[in-house]
Amino acid sequence: MRSICFYFQVHQPFRLRTYRFFDIGKDHNYFDDYNNQAIMRRVADKCYLPMNNLLLNLINEYGTAFKVSFSISGTALDQFEQYTPDVLESFKKLAETGCVEFLTETYSHSLSSLKNKEEFVKQVESHKKKIEELFGVKPKTFRNTELIYSDGIGEMVAEMGFKTMLTEGAKHVLGWKSPNFIYCNAINPKLKLLLKNFRISDDIAFRFSQQSWDEWPLTTEKFVGWLNQIDPAQEVVNLFMDYETFGEHQWVETGIFEFMKNLPRMVFERTNFTFNTPQEVSENLQPVSAIHVPYPISWADEERDLTAWLGNDLQDEAFDSLYSIYEKVKYCDDEQIRRDWKYLQTSDHFYYMCTKWFSDGDVHKYFNPYGTPYEAFINFMNILSDFIIRVDKCSESKEINLEKIKEKAAKLSSEIGK
Amino acid sequence: MKVLMFGWEFPPHITGGLGTACFGLTKGLTKHGTEIIFVVPKAYGDENQESVNLVNASDITVDYEDTTYQEYWNRITYMEIGSNLIPYVGPEEFKHIVEQNEIDSIEKEKSVLSKKFTFSGKYGKDLMDEVSRYALISSAVAANSSFDVIHAHDWLTYPAGIAAKSVSGKPLVVHLHATEFDRSGENINQSVYDIERKGMEEADKVITVSNLTRKLVIEKYGIDPKKIVTVHNAVEPIINKGSSGEKKNVNEKIVSFVGRITFQKGPEYFIEAAKKILDVDNSVRFVMAGSGDMLNKMISRVAHLRIAKNFHFAGFLKGDDVNKMFLMSDVFVMPSVSEPFGIVPLEAMRSNVPVVISKQSGVSEILIHALKVDFWDIDALADSIYGLLHYNALSKVFRKFGKEEVDNLKWENAAVKVNDVYRSVI
Repeated sequence: MRSICFYFQVHQPFRLRTYRFFDIGKDHNYFDDYNNQAIMRRVADKCYLPMNNLLLNLINEYGTAFKVSFSISGTALDQFEQYTPDVLESFKKLAETGCVEFLTETYSHSLSSLKNKEEFVKQVESHKKKIEELFGVKPKTFRNTELIYSDGIGEMVAEMGFKTMLTEGAKHVLGWKSPNFIYCNAINPKLKLLLKNFRISDDIAFRFSQQSWDEWPLTTEKFVGWLNQIDPAQEVVNLFMDYETFGEHQWVETGIFEFMKNLPRMVFERTNFTFNTPQEVSENLQPVSAIHVPYPISWADEERDLTAWLGNDLQDEAFDSLYSIYEKVKYCDDEQIRRDWKYLQTSDHFYYMCTKWFSDGDVHKYFNPYGTPYEAFINFMNILSDFIIRVDKCSESKEINLEKIKEKAAKLSSEIGK
Repeated sequence: MKVLMFGWEFPPHITGGLGTACFGLTKGLTKHGTEIIFVVPKAYGDENQESVNLVNASDITVDYEDTTYQEYWNRITYMEIGSNLIPYVGPEEFKHIVEQNEIDSIEKEKSVLSKKFTFSGKYGKDLMDEVSRYALISSAVAANSSFDVIHAHDWLTYPAGIAAKSVSGKPLVVHLHATEFDRSGENINQSVYDIERKGMEEADKVITVSNLTRKLVIEKYGIDPKKIVTVHNAVEPIINKGSSGEKKNVNEKIVSFVGRITFQKGPEYFIEAAKKILDVDNSVRFVMAGSGDMLNKMISRVAHLRIAKNFHFAGFLKGDDVNKMFLMSDVFVMPSVSEPFGIVPLEAMRSNVPVVISKQSGVSEILIHALKVDFWDIDALADSIYGLLHYNALSKVFRKFGKEEVDNLKWENAAVKVNDVYRSVI
């Protein structure tokens, strides 16, 4: 059996409003509700709803032969609930077919795996819970924010009980090896790894409508031809991409929907591939070897590393400042603070502070609310400053309460002593 | 006494201290009975005209066929120089200028000599054309009005002043609020320098805003010291709306910097001093308000030093926000590398904020109740800020006497000196 494994990433951050220095200590509303709602509505109408509908029709047409998987970030789910409940309904319909696997990630699409294990585990658990609540299935496969992976992260994921994880088939990690096999974690071989075939995936996600590309236009026939050229010994082709590819990155006019609509039929007619979910692939196949990833990789940019989010002074300062208050936030039970803490961790905030504009500038500009990385930094730090004040207040009142309780206890015990 | 005065900007349409100073001075002069015709390249209609008769150069039509205008024009063309300079540019405008340049370049040739010319009144690429045209119109104004003396503020209006003098034969006073060396350091724009020097040479008297500037004019421009008089700036008294009205939202003490974020203002010394203080005391917040060509570099520096949690950038503040900033501040800092005068610390003191200023600013010549340090001496700067933050006795004294001191710096008093200058040339 040879498998095509589709995984679509669905994510929307809670974008921040313009937050001025004068707001610090005064105004605790950080999010740009108007824009968040408007963007969500637009993407829902251009991508989520039509594409969900298309997939549902394909599943109805081919029964269990056609399967896909999704990872939907917690911030996207929260925004569905707030702004576009119709999208959530359509995902639920997909879930009911049983042909769709929902993966687990960090709730707020955060970079916590790189910084704080405790917070990472917490976020994964809360996302798992949310998926189960909404779609009625327990997620078994893990994918980290932006497919970020290292041996250490894989080990943590295995520890949490996951058997399968998705990541990038980065060239500098694989070398001569093919991404079209199952691999396993170098520390804990029980964790199986599915690697993105980035060439074919990006042919769809990035190059589909690019007229300067020598393979343009990409037809279903041509694509299936490429699948047939893959060495028959190779077992799985992992097509991982942003769900917004359909209708947003690639507009409907490019024919991307037609491409997907025709793909299953062509695959069934002309190849020996089937469509499977990551969990099925992981159950059916054995790893061919372990891969060694001492330094984290991701699916972003040419470098497939972390430099889109971390590494320049702006990003590091913002990131370190945010996690420096973890110990205090941990003991805050204020619901608003807990919510803002989650939303502030979303990786997009750091992505906007990226200063490498070269080959990936276009993707970076997409949906970017800021003119420059510097503006992004100032805005984030202003908000973070206010957030820190709130957290400090909260933990102070905790301490005072604790003092009072201690006093009471001392009093009581002395009374008992009498 | 009637004065024909040339200025490039007038409140509320200002980019820096020049417009504020012109406004204050005219108000002071009016109190002493001096009448003023004030010519600006572009009036917006909402200027405060209580003290001046404001003439909008954009409103004046010129028939170039008329031979008298040709004569004026011939006198002005000596300063037709390279046009590709962007001096003095307000940070906000820099972007627009770059964008507009390409579109505008063809149009301007004819427009300078057209019947009516709309001035941008800004500091754009076509500045030299605007300056020439402004001078041409000024000759027309000078020929058709009666006055006793001509007063021109900063180099942009010097050609106008010279033209007006040659048309009317009346004495010319030029006022230096900033020199090319203050704006550009040692890499001066020669055309601007030439206009500045020519203006001072043609003038009957030169007014500088500080002795620092006076010295610079003597040394770098070779102007006869006898011609130069220093008249320090003053500050308009604040209409007190209960200064405790704006409450601070944070518990920490606030140290602020308000000004263009350019080399001249020394923003980097403020940041380095902030780092030194935050290393020992993180219950302070620093705020840098303003924008300019060094802003991004400064943001990177703050991030690099890992002090962004306590160091904020407030952007370019307008109108009321500046006062709001002062009301929130516990210490105000102006570490200028080169500052002919520097009116902002006076505004801070007026709002009861103690100030630390650099010895390299003109304003340090007249202030007693301000801590003065060399701009490059980061340790001294940090020390002064820390002292004002932590030793209440010190800050109390500075607040009280500083306020008194500033309230006594009246434009009326400056105007007396300017009137003396007028009388000496008539």
